[in-house]
Amino acid sequence: MELVCPAGTPASLRAAVEAGADVVYCGFRDATNARNFPGLNFSRPELAEAVTFAHRHGVHVYLACNTYPQAGSEDIWHKAVDDAVAIGVDAVILADIGLLRYARDKHPDARLHLSVQASASNEEAIRFYHREFGVRRVVLPRVLSLEEIRMLNRRISVETEVFAFGGMCVMAEGRCSLSSYATGESPNMNGVCSPAAHVHYEERGDSTVSRLGNFAINVYGNDEKVGYPTLCKGRFRAMDKAGYLFEEPTSLDVTAILPELADAGVTALKIEGRQRGKAYITQVVGAFRASLDRIANGQTGTRSNLAALSEGQADTTGAYRRSWQ
Amino acid sequence: MTKSRLVMGPILFHWDENRKKDFYARIADEIDVDTVHVGEVVCAKRMPFFDKHLPDIIERLQNAGKEVVFSTLALVMNEREIAQLREIAEMPNLLIEANDISSIGLLSGRPHVVGPYINTYNESTLDYLISRGAHRASLPWELPMSSIEALCNARKTAEIEVQIFGRVPLAISARCYSARAHGLHKDGCRYVCGEALDGMDVETLDHTPFLAVNGLQTLSSHYLELSTAIDDLKDAGVNAFRISPHTLDMVRVANLYRRLIDGETSSDEVRQSLLEMQNDLAFADGFLHSLPGADLRETLGSRAE
Repeated sequence: MELVCPAGTPASLRAAVEAGADVVYCGFRDATNARNFPGLNFSRPELAEAVTFAHRHGVHVYLACNTYPQAGSEDIWHKAVDDAVAIGVDAVILADIGLLRYARDKHPDARLHLSVQASASNEEAIRFYHREFGVRRVVLPRVLSLEEIRMLNRRISVETEVFAFGGMCVMAEGRCSLSSYATGESPNMNGVCSPAAHVHYEERGDSTVSRLGNFAINVYGNDEKVGYPTLCKGRFRAMDKAGYLFEEPTSLDVTAILPELADAGVTALKIEGRQRGKAYITQVVGAFRASLDRIANGQTGTRSNLAALSEGQADTTGAYRRSWQ
Repeated sequence: MTKSRLVMGPILFHWDENRKKDFYARIADEIDVDTVHVGEVVCAKRMPFFDKHLPDIIERLQNAGKEVVFSTLALVMNEREIAQLREIAEMPNLLIEANDISSIGLLSGRPHVVGPYINTYNESTLDYLISRGAHRASLPWELPMSSIEALCNARKTAEIEVQIFGRVPLAISARCYSARAHGLHKDGCRYVCGEALDGMDVETLDHTPFLAVNGLQTLSSHYLELSTAIDDLKDAGVNAFRISPHTLDMVRVANLYRRLIDGETSSDEVRQSLLEMQNDLAFADGFLHSLPGADLRETLGSRAE
């Protein structure tokens, strides 16, 4: 299985290449990619340099242009696709139908991947994107179980890529406006979820309240570690009970089920975290490289040593195990 | 100018058979809506409860002169659900609303409605969907006025629809949060989502109303209420207005919006009447004004100045 790794900066890209990535994915420094955070992402010259560096090491680069073009401003997204193709990236990762059609018409030879933001979660949706726009690979949303992925791979003729490590998005990607409900900025339109500019921490007696926009996302006691207020990992009250209604603060880690994913026909594993630092990238990519190499050598029973990097020091295999639902 | 279309969206909640049957009977007999949506959008497990009644209900609505639209699932995850979609896509003489890209693929060439769960954010996407047979597009909830205007300008022959009343669907998941809140698993959910007729209220820890859980779906706590924007939306070119069913007296709600759209009442009167029906309703219109969706810019009387 191909190991697809994140890079939010040129330094992270070099780290990922050196740690054993097969592919590095990144985005331009604007609203065209779904990790539009301050200080992150690539200028055109930086991307060109990154592609040269990666290719020299036999590593591919994918460009994520995976937000939804804003009505009236589509040319910003068109230019991102044009520039990525001109720079020579190995694939462009897209979500929007109009943009896919633009890319297919304008650059018929470009390799197009379907972003998880397109939320293609079944064979008919995937066939549609393949038939209409020649999409060669689909990044599957984190809503499918291992068995559903296995069945899907038997019935489609495009490659599938699945999330292997990092943030555990519990809502179907590309279908979530929770963030814009609380802050006015959304993954689809602005490339951000629970954006930092809307985060506040408030000391209240013995506790700390983390807020996103006007809403308290969690309240921590003295003995608790204060976490980032990612909206769907917050503690809320329903039916007179307080708790992690949607999901505990936890990270996805598929190390334990790598052989099963390979057996289910998955082509590529995606590590998430373009907003993460170089040290994190080195450690996570290195650990996955080692696990994949062990499996390639016929060894089984791999375990991850990445728990310390996980949110809440807890990890999950998420929707891949049906029991998660 | 052609008359604006008033649309009753699909019932998002797991109401029991009798409540649903009564609801549709009243719509057929008592309300001046042009279009009524039937079908299950949120959870495939709920379908068997009501499917058997649908043929009669559709016939009754059609006989009452309503256009009936069959809404499909918003998140399609397995072969069984795809098989159901294929059956729906083959039903004759019925307009179908696609809420997942899989349905767009299946409905190609046949007139259909593009539902609000499809990501129609820009002119190119709308243009493509129209080229495949979309004759109405119901826009995503988070779009601001500027996007709605641009899409109306690009709509060609298609109608553009915007939801103007009701809780806003914000997210959908493979996981059932109604079941989880009850300590249950999705596979053994006991259909507990049916206990919350307008969704299960979710508050922050400091007791601020925030969200509403409806099985796999997460909705806003606040009710979208765009009566103050109706004239602007009409001017922009929006020609269909959707109201989403809740346990409020929807006959009264629909009649209020009908009169507003037809210019026979004011937005203040609409909002005042809604509050008289249920005084703890909290409204939001933030998305339209490029604010957080939970915000309310236009309050009672704010348009009168």
